[in-house]
Amino acid sequence: MVHLTAEEKAAVSSLQGKVKVDVVGGEALGRLLVVYPWTQRFFDSFGDLSSPDAIMSNRKVKAHGKKVVNSLINGLKNLDNLKGAFAKLSELHCDKLHVDPENFKLLGNVLVCVLARHFGKEFTPQVQAVFQKVLAGVANALAHKYH
Amino acid sequence: MALSAADKAAVRALWRKLGSNVGIYTTEALERTFVSFPAAKTYFPHFDLSPGSAQVKAHGKKVADALTLAVAHLDDLPGALSALSDLHAHQLRVDPVNFKFLSHCLLVTLARHYPGDFGPAMHASLDKFLSHVSSALASNYR
Repeated sequence: MVHLTAEEKAAVSSLQGKVKVDVVGGEALGRLLVVYPWTQRFFDSFGDLSSPDAIMSNRKVKAHGKKVVNSLINGLKNLDNLKGAFAKLSELHCDKLHVDPENFKLLGNVLVCVLARHFGKEFTPQVQAVFQKVLAGVANALAHKYH
Repeated sequence: MALSAADKAAVRALWRKLGSNVGIYTTEALERTFVSFPAAKTYFPHFDLSPGSAQVKAHGKKVADALTLAVAHLDDLPGALSALSDLHAHQLRVDPVNFKFLSHCLLVTLARHYPGDFGPAMHASLDKFLSHVSSALASNYR
């Protein structure tokens, strides 16, 4: 459960409305694979990941990045019950995908960098803090069903 | 995970571009760390941490000078940062997790101010550099 003040919720809504999901999602996932190359282990079927340029222009990376960010946006509608909202995805990431939850934190932080890059001045320390809180909540929720 | 020649070149190039403004960005990174990771404030009970604080600005300058020193000694970070490592280990006793928080916030600050320069390869090189600095700072801890 993530508690946001009315002001914090407004900050999230405001940026969320302006986020170009396909652009931000693809960029965040791409950067994850470039900056932390060991994360490529989950994406053997994605084709050419041989260089930063190949990764950033890879169609499957962009599509999957978009999927992830859309899922995050859905999560934003359920801040009162993130664990419930992400229960099925948590099971999937543990039982089928075998993803170490540490990766959720890595992707969260890369996404924060991407948002900072896109929103510039608007991405104040206070706005950043709200996103860090929300993304930490999502990462915990995604790890919750691990066994 | 050593710094490649390309990593070093990228970091040096960015530092040349930042010029005398490094302190502005390290100060902002500190501010972001205190807001996003409030536990970091526990190391500064004696500071005024309100926005625009002169003490935070002065501390930002110290961090900037240390990072600039690091950039000038990319081939021997542990050596160059040994004295600072002793300081953090024996006097300040900062838990090394905080180096990660500050490093992340510095990346966020640079992404915000230099979106065009902060491409994926630069992002990777900077992250590696800051990770090496953090390791060097923690190297004398025990």
